[in-house]
Amino acid sequence: MIPEIGHFALVLSMCLAIAQAIFPLIGTMNNTPSWAALARPLAWGQALFLTIALGALTYAFLVNDFSVRYVASNSNTLLPTVYKISAVWGAHEGSLLLWAFFLGIWSAAIAVLSKGLTQEVVSRVLAVMGMVNAGFVSFMLFTSNPFERLFQIPAEGRDLNPLLQDIGLALHPPTLYLGYVGFSVAFGFAIAALIGGRLDASWARWSRPWTTAAWVWLTLGITIGSWWAYYELGWGGWWFWDPVENASFMPWIAGTALMHSLAVTEKRGAFRSWTLMLAILAFSLCLLGTFLVRSGVLTSVHAFAADPDRGIFILIFLLITIGGSLALYAWRAPSIFSGGRFDLISRESFLLGNNLLLTVFTFLVLFGTLAPLIYDALEWGKISVGFPWFNKMFLMVTPFLAVLIGFGPLMRWKRTDPKKLVKKLRIAMIVSVVIGLIAFLPAISTGSLLVPLGMFLVAWIITSHITAIIDRLKHKQGISHIFADLAGKGRSYYGMVVAHMGVAMFILGATMVSHHGVEKDLRMSPGESAEISAYRFKFEGVAHTPGPNYTANQGEFTIYLDGEVEAVLKPQKRTYFAQGRPMTEAAIDWGLTRDLYVSLGEDLGGGDWSVRLYYKPFVRWIWLGGLAMAIGGIICISDRRYRSKKEKKPQQAYTEAANTLVTEKS
Amino acid sequence: MIEESKTPSRMRYLIPLFLFLIMAGFLLKGLFMDPRHIPSVLINKPAPEFNLPTLYDPEKTVSKESMKGKVWLLNVWASWCGACRAEHQVLNTIAGMKIVDIVGLDYKDEAVDGKRWLKQLGNPYTEVLVDKSGRTGIDFGVYGVPESFLIDGEGVIRHKFTGPLYYPDIKGTLIPLLEKIKEGAK
Amino acid sequence: MKTVKLAIFIGLFFISGLAGAAALSSYTFADQEEEQAFRELTAKIRCLVCQNQSLADSDAELANDLRREVYALWKEKKSEDEIVDFLVSRYGDFVLYDPPLKPSTYILWFGPFFLFLLGGYILSRTLKSKTEDKEVELTNEDQQRLKTLLDDDNENQEATK
Repeated sequence: MIPEIGHFALVLSMCLAIAQAIFPLIGTMNNTPSWAALARPLAWGQALFLTIALGALTYAFLVNDFSVRYVASNSNTLLPTVYKISAVWGAHEGSLLLWAFFLGIWSAAIAVLSKGLTQEVVSRVLAVMGMVNAGFVSFMLFTSNPFERLFQIPAEGRDLNPLLQDIGLALHPPTLYLGYVGFSVAFGFAIAALIGGRLDASWARWSRPWTTAAWVWLTLGITIGSWWAYYELGWGGWWFWDPVENASFMPWIAGTALMHSLAVTEKRGAFRSWTLMLAILAFSLCLLGTFLVRSGVLTSVHAFAADPDRGIFILIFLLITIGGSLALYAWRAPSIFSGGRFDLISRESFLLGNNLLLTVFTFLVLFGTLAPLIYDALEWGKISVGFPWFNKMFLMVTPFLAVLIGFGPLMRWKRTDPKKLVKKLRIAMIVSVVIGLIAFLPAISTGSLLVPLGMFLVAWIITSHITAIIDRLKHKQGISHIFADLAGKGRSYYGMVVAHMGVAMFILGATMVSHHGVEKDLRMSPGESAEISAYRFKFEGVAHTPGPNYTANQGEFTIYLDGEVEAVLKPQKRTYFAQGRPMTEAAIDWGLTRDLYVSLGEDLGGGDWSVRLYYKPFVRWIWLGGLAMAIGGIICISDRRYRSKKEKKPQQAYTEAANTLVTEKS
Repeated sequence: MIEESKTPSRMRYLIPLFLFLIMAGFLLKGLFMDPRHIPSVLINKPAPEFNLPTLYDPEKTVSKESMKGKVWLLNVWASWCGACRAEHQVLNTIAGMKIVDIVGLDYKDEAVDGKRWLKQLGNPYTEVLVDKSGRTGIDFGVYGVPESFLIDGEGVIRHKFTGPLYYPDIKGTLIPLLEKIKEGAK
Repeated sequence: MKTVKLAIFIGLFFISGLAGAAALSSYTFADQEEEQAFRELTAKIRCLVCQNQSLADSDAELANDLRREVYALWKEKKSEDEIVDFLVSRYGDFVLYDPPLKPSTYILWFGPFFLFLLGGYILSRTLKSKTEDKEVELTNEDQQRLKTLLDDDNENQEATK
C-alpha cells in the first residue's frame, strides 16, 4: 500500500510540475496575475508530494518490502539500518528520486525566500524549474520507476553493493545532487531574464547567493566523493579523471566561472550575455552528466541494452532543455548591452581572464571525456583518454589561474594603477619566488619541476592575500571599523579569501602527495616488517572477525616511528553474505602531514598475505582545501547585503540605474 | 557605435547552439555503439605464431604453419564461460554444415573440465588446442571469451567475432566472408 | 575472478573499482625506484576488461596475465616503448591511457592549444574593445531620468522603513 502511495505522489508531483511549467509562464505573458501567482503554491505542492514519494520509498526499505523491485535489488534484511536509508539513493531509480526531491526543495526554497523579487520573476524562475522537474519525474515514471512491484516476492533482497555500504554513500550523492540541482536556480534566473527581456543587472544580484549555494554543495559533493573513493576503493588515489568524475567536475568549473562572472555583472553591469551563457552552461553540464552516467555511452553498453529507452529519453530531454535555452539565448542575447569600459589592468579584465581560462578548461575536460566516443563514432579508432592527458591539460591551465588569483583581491573595478599594484605586491612576489627556488633543492623537488612550481603558487596565493587584507584594513579608520569589517561588513570579501586559501591548500596537498607519496606492494609473513619513508610497518597477522552482514579477515599492523608505536591499523578483507564478492576495507591512520594507509590483498597461504602500504604526505589538504572553498562560499552567502533587499549604497544604485538607462538606449 | 558592433555578430550567438547540436549528434550515435567493444588490430594481418598441445593428446602440437593452406575458424572458449554454452550450439551447427574447419582454443581451463564439456555438448572442433597460461590468447588480443577468428589459407586473420556467435552470424557474416576468401584464392 | 569475465558478457558488471590491493606483490625489484618505474608504466596501461582501471590496480585475471607479460619483458630489459608496442600491436591504442601522438590524435593533442589561442583571441578582442570604449555619456535628459529613478528608489526605501 505504502509504495502505491509513493507512486501516486510521484504521478501527482509530475502533474504539478507540468502545471508549474505552464500556467505561471502564460500568466506572466498575458498579464493574468492569478495564473502567475500559481507558481508558489504549485512549487509547494510539488515539494510536498516528492517528499511523500521519497518517504514512501525510505519506508519500503526500512520494513524490507521486497515486493518492490528496487528494494529487493538493493537491500537485505541484514543490512544495517543506516545503510538501508542511504540505499534509497544507492542505485539508478532512487537516486533520480532524490534528484527530483531536491529540485522540489529548491523550488520551495525559492518560493519562500523570494519576497524581494517581483511576482513576474518568481513565476518565470519557478516555471523553468517546473519544466526541468517535469522532465525528471516523467523520466522516472516512464523508464525507471522506483516503486515497481515484483509479482514473485523474493524472500531475501540481493543486498546493497558492498562498495556502497559506507558513510560515503550517505553523504556523497545528496551533497552532489544538491549542487547539481542548485544550478537549476541560476539557470532559472537566466532563462527568466531571457524570456522577460529584462536583462539589467538585477537578476545577477538575485541569483548570486543561489549560485554560490549550489557551488558550495557541489564543492562538498566532489570533495566527499574524492575522499570516499580514496579510502573505500583501496587504490590510494583521490582522482582518476574517470568519465563519471568528470561529469561532476565540469559543472563545478563552469559554476566557478559563473560565480566570478556574476560578480562583474552585479557590480559593473558588464559581461551580461557571457554570464547568462555560463548559467546555461553550468546547468547544461549537470544534465549532460546525468546522461553520461546513466545512458552507458561511456562506461557499459549493457546498462543501455537492458533498457534502450533511458538514453533516448534523456537525450530528448537534453535537446529540449539545453537546445531550447541556447536557442532562446541566440535570439535574445545579441541585444544585451555589455557594460562600460575598463582598463587593461582592472578587476574586470582579470576576472575576464579567469573566466576564459575556466571556460577553456571546462571544454577541455568535456572534449577529453567525449573524445573516445567521438573517435569511435567517426571510426578514427578506439582510444582511451585517461589521467595522463587530463593531468597535462590541468597543468596547462591551473598555474595561470593560480597566478591570477593572487592579483584578484588587490584589483579595483575599472582601473588599477599597475605601478601601485606592483609596489603593493612586491614583497609577496619576492617571498613566493624565493620559496619556489628553495623547492628546487633535490630533497624537496625530487627532480620534478612541478614541485617548485606548486610551492611557488601556494606561497603566491597566501602572501598576496595577506597583502590584500593588510591593504584593506589600512584604509579603515580606527579599530572599530577594522573590527566591524572583520565581524560582518566585509563578509563576502573574507569569504573569498577563505575560498582562495582553499585553492592554495589543494595545490599544496596535490603537489606533495603526487611527488612524495610512497607506495609498496609486498608479500608479508606475520612478524615481518617493511620500511616506508621513516615508518616501519610490522605485520602482526590476520584473524577472523564477524560483521553484521559479512565475515572478514582482519589484519593487524603496528607502525613504528623511531622505535615508538605510531599507530595500529586493522585493514579488512570482507566477504558479504548476499553477494559473496570479496571487498577490501583499507585502514588509515590520518594526520595533517601524512596518512598511513594499509590495504589487505590476497591470502597467499601459510599466514602470508599480499599487502599494499602507502605513505601519503599532506593528502588531507586536498579535501581540507575543498572544505575551505565551501566554507568560503558559505561566508559569502551570509553577507548581509543579500538579505536586506532594499538597502543600497547610493553609488551602486546610481550604477544600476545608469546601466538600466544605457540598456534602454542601446 | 553599439549598433555597429551588433549586426555582424548576431550569428556569433548561434555558435553555442550549433556546437551543442553537434555534440547531441555524437551522443545519439554513442547510444548505439558499444564502448567496451575493442576492435582487433590484427584484421588483415598475419595471425600470430603459436605452437600448442592438443586437448586429447598433450604430446601432439599444432602450430600456425601446420594450418597453412586451410581456411579455418579459431574459436576461443572455456568451460567456465557461461556465454560459450549458448554459442556451442551455433558451433555445432556450423560444423554440421561443413563449410569451415573449426579449431577450438581451450583458454585458461582444466583439461578435465574441457573434456567433460565437449562430451556433454558435442565436439564441433576438428582440433582442440590448449592454452593453459593464456599466452597465445594475449598474442591474439583476446580480452574475453568467447571470441572467434577467421583465418585464411595464407594465415591471415580476415575477421574477428568478439563475444558469442549467433545463428544469424552464419548467413550474415561467415558465409559471405568464406565466399570472398574463396574468390580471392582463385 | 572468472565470474568477472563472465559478467562482462552478461552485463552484470556495473560498479567496478575493486582495486587489486597488492597486485604487484609477487614481483621483485632491485630497489624502490625500479618498483616505482614499473608501477608508473602499468598505471598508464588500461585494463581491458575492467570498467576503467589501470593494469597496476586491477585484479581481473586478464590484467594479471598482462602484468606478468609486462614484467617478463621488463626483466628482459626491454624499453618502455617496446613494452608499449607489444601491447598496442595486440590490443590497439585502447590500452594506453596516454594516447600516442599520431595523425589521428593530432586533434586530441593540438586541439587544446587551438582552444587556448581562441580564448586568448577572445580575451584580447574584448579587452581591446573595452579599453577603447568611450564611457557612455549621459545627456541632460538622461540625467533627469536617472534622478527620478534614484528618487523612486529612495522613496521605496523610505516606504519600507
